[in-house]
Amino acid sequence: MNLLDSLFYFLSALAIFSAIMVLVSKNPVHSVLWLITVFFAISGHYVLLNAQFLAIVNLIVYAGAIMVLFLFVIMLMNLNAEAEPRKNLWLKLFGILSGGSFLMVLVSLVRQTAELTGKTAQLKDGNIGLIKNLGKALFSDFVVPFEISSVLFLSAMVGAVVIGKKD
Amino acid sequence: MSLLAFDWLLFAEKLILIAIIVFASLGIALYTTFAERKVAAVLQDRPGPNRAGPLGLFQPFADGLKLIMKEEIIPNSSNKILFILGPGLAMTAALMTCAVIPWSSRVEFFGRSIELQIADINIGILYIFGVVSLGVYGIMIGGWASNNKFSLMAALRGASQAISYELALGLSLIAVLMLSGSLSLKSIVEEQMQPGNYWNIVYQPLGFLIYFICTLAECNRTPFDLPEAENELNFGYHQEYSSMKLGFYLFSEYINMIMSSAVMACLFFGGYDIPFLDESSLSTNLAAGLGFLALFAKIIFFIFLFMWIRWTIPRFRYDQLMNLGWKNMIPLALFNMLLTGALILWKAGV
Repeated sequence: MNLLDSLFYFLSALAIFSAIMVLVSKNPVHSVLWLITVFFAISGHYVLLNAQFLAIVNLIVYAGAIMVLFLFVIMLMNLNAEAEPRKNLWLKLFGILSGGSFLMVLVSLVRQTAELTGKTAQLKDGNIGLIKNLGKALFSDFVVPFEISSVLFLSAMVGAVVIGKKD
Repeated sequence: MSLLAFDWLLFAEKLILIAIIVFASLGIALYTTFAERKVAAVLQDRPGPNRAGPLGLFQPFADGLKLIMKEEIIPNSSNKILFILGPGLAMTAALMTCAVIPWSSRVEFFGRSIELQIADINIGILYIFGVVSLGVYGIMIGGWASNNKFSLMAALRGASQAISYELALGLSLIAVLMLSGSLSLKSIVEEQMQPGNYWNIVYQPLGFLIYFICTLAECNRTPFDLPEAENELNFGYHQEYSSMKLGFYLFSEYINMIMSSAVMACLFFGGYDIPFLDESSLSTNLAAGLGFLALFAKIIFFIFLFMWIRWTIPRFRYDQLMNLGWKNMIPLALFNMLLTGALILWKAGV
């Protein structure tokens, strides 16, 4: 087991443990903080794959911006363990069932589409994740989907402003 | 065992470098608090702290000792884990920036060339941006965990202020990035050092102004120190804190100041470049030493600028702060970005 392997197992264990803690924590603020830990662990995985840009953008966007907004809402609403509504047993059961089947669909999808057998990840020397190569790929091979998604983001921003202005 | 197939010498070298930088920044922060009081005193025409030691030079130690000796109070109704975590996070986020700052070129010891930078990652600017965006958590968590309405208000103010000014900060950085074509701080500095190239401030005066104002807001310095507005919020997000936890919050602010001064010096003022001097004519170690002194002088200048502004300009009102951020800074930064892009294309003759 070399250094990369042990780092991989450490990060994976951290990610899974924190993800479980997100669900188990009674206090919503704790859940948000554990979710931030999950993002850190996943960013660590990106770094292991030498996708530095993805790693840091994941942190800036999710941990730095979106989770702050989550914290905002939770702190202002002052949610706590006592205020949490009790769901009945059937609801929980169906929740587990639907979540589990969704996971199965996802896993089978990944297994069918990509031929993963016998392939290894490009560890630390794959360079497609470096910002230069990523930028070239985005602005040449994938320019149409890239521009379309940026228009989508712009429309979401305009929509947010419109909703925000409505008193 | 392949785990041992690892450059342990490099590891030790980096570890020593990290230890030196962290302790040096703590030491400098200690004396920055002293400098702040002295600068305030000079600007207000009074002697300032002058009792402890010659010229009051031991004042920071007296202050530190006072903070440590104070009783440690954790409020009963607070969230204890997060209450303790808050100052720690603030400090960690403040210190994390030092990893990508090139403190000087390289030194040679016993035939081994040592880079005076902890990590020259090729996403340096983005890393700084990421760390800045994480800096909010210390304030937010501390303010919320105190279970005090004033603290919570201050924490929310601090967070929304930081998020608002981060946008303009990022946009002004993009212009620098387009000029240098690299995200690594080291190559940005080295590009400015090349003969024939000027410092980035010459090409980016507007970008620097925007960056500087946003840095003031990110460091919670006056005129943007809304999270600690005493007359509105009693004391701010660290109201319930005492002893060294309070000290950590106050300290992290000064470390933030030092780090953002260093980043500003690297991005816009040539980092460890000595003006009108060709470093390659000196020996490696001498150039590194002088370069570090040059960077240090720039950092001290910026810290002084921070203090000068603090003791000169009154605090903004909260809505004025938000208006300035969203309606002036961001459009200005966008304009700067477009202008820079257009000029680069025009120069390239496209």
